[in-house]
Amino acid sequence: MHELSLATSILDVAAAQLAAAGRTRLLRVEVAVGELAAVLPDNLAFCFEVLAEDRPALAGAHLDVQVRPLMVRCRDCGGEAHPPRPVMRCPACGSSRVEVSSGQELEIVALEVE
Amino acid sequence: MSRIVVAEPVLKANDLVAARTRGLLHDAGVFSFNMMSSPGSGKTSLLVRVLEELRADYRILVLVGDIQTENDARRLRQTGVEAIQIVTGGTCHLEAPLVQRHLAGRDLSELDLLVIENVGNLVCPAGYDLGEDCKVVALSVTEGDDKPEKYPGIFLRAQAVVLTKTDLLPYVPFDPAVAERHIRDLSPDVPIFPVSTLRGDGIGAFTGWIRGRISALPRAR
Repeated sequence: MHELSLATSILDVAAAQLAAAGRTRLLRVEVAVGELAAVLPDNLAFCFEVLAEDRPALAGAHLDVQVRPLMVRCRDCGGEAHPPRPVMRCPACGSSRVEVSSGQELEIVALEVE
Repeated sequence: MSRIVVAEPVLKANDLVAARTRGLLHDAGVFSFNMMSSPGSGKTSLLVRVLEELRADYRILVLVGDIQTENDARRLRQTGVEAIQIVTGGTCHLEAPLVQRHLAGRDLSELDLLVIENVGNLVCPAGYDLGEDCKVVALSVTEGDDKPEKYPGIFLRAQAVVLTKTDLLPYVPFDPAVAERHIRDLSPDVPIFPVSTLRGDGIGAFTGWIRGRISALPRAR
């Protein structure tokens, strides 16, 4: 997708949080990317690290991308599971009354700062 | 060293603006949908037909996003409906602030229906909430019946799917049953509307769905 603009948004949030916490240096950012979010983890990390170089308090920071698999929760059997393909069907009971419980997110989880 | 828990969407700024737009549209009693598809699947031609059918009964505004040119807005305006072109200048999808800017200062209570035609793209538009009620995805029969399987993100979020250019079915190796199976794998209960914009087949079923959604909304408060 837009790894460059997403990386910019992540850095903006990190810079604001850093300032709000009265800290001076960002070490690491953890983000969670759903398997269906259409984001390439390596590409995002590369863009993040290149863009961080231009910002003194952020230079050298690393981006850790946790890929979250697609998970569906079944409204019939109550189970939660990872379907082998992106299909909205419960792998346990076969019901299609399921909802996505993760796998679409694009979230900043936490920062490590100094 | 210390850890700060953030737990915020990367697109939080977009999502906040979208939520504000959604609130304004709901307060004004406006139904809105975000029309998405790959380039050339016939979104604009479909919308021209839809506007021709609905313009006598509803007050409609169309926002149409493209990387360049006013061409689509010009085509849509020929129906007599107001259409505003959003030229993104390179961005391959619409974002909530762009939509908000084009609605700012308008009296939304003068509208019943807002149609947002996104930039042709099956990947990026899916990730950006614009503040719409529904995402509608068009898939043309010339694209291949496995498109939903290849682009699950957008079909997963679709609340209606329009299968366009069905008049070409005799000439292309597209199996509507296969396409439907792939769509249902991702969105089991989604309504699917086969249409031929050229011949007018199926347009009434799609506009009937839109009419139903408009009348299901609480009127302006």
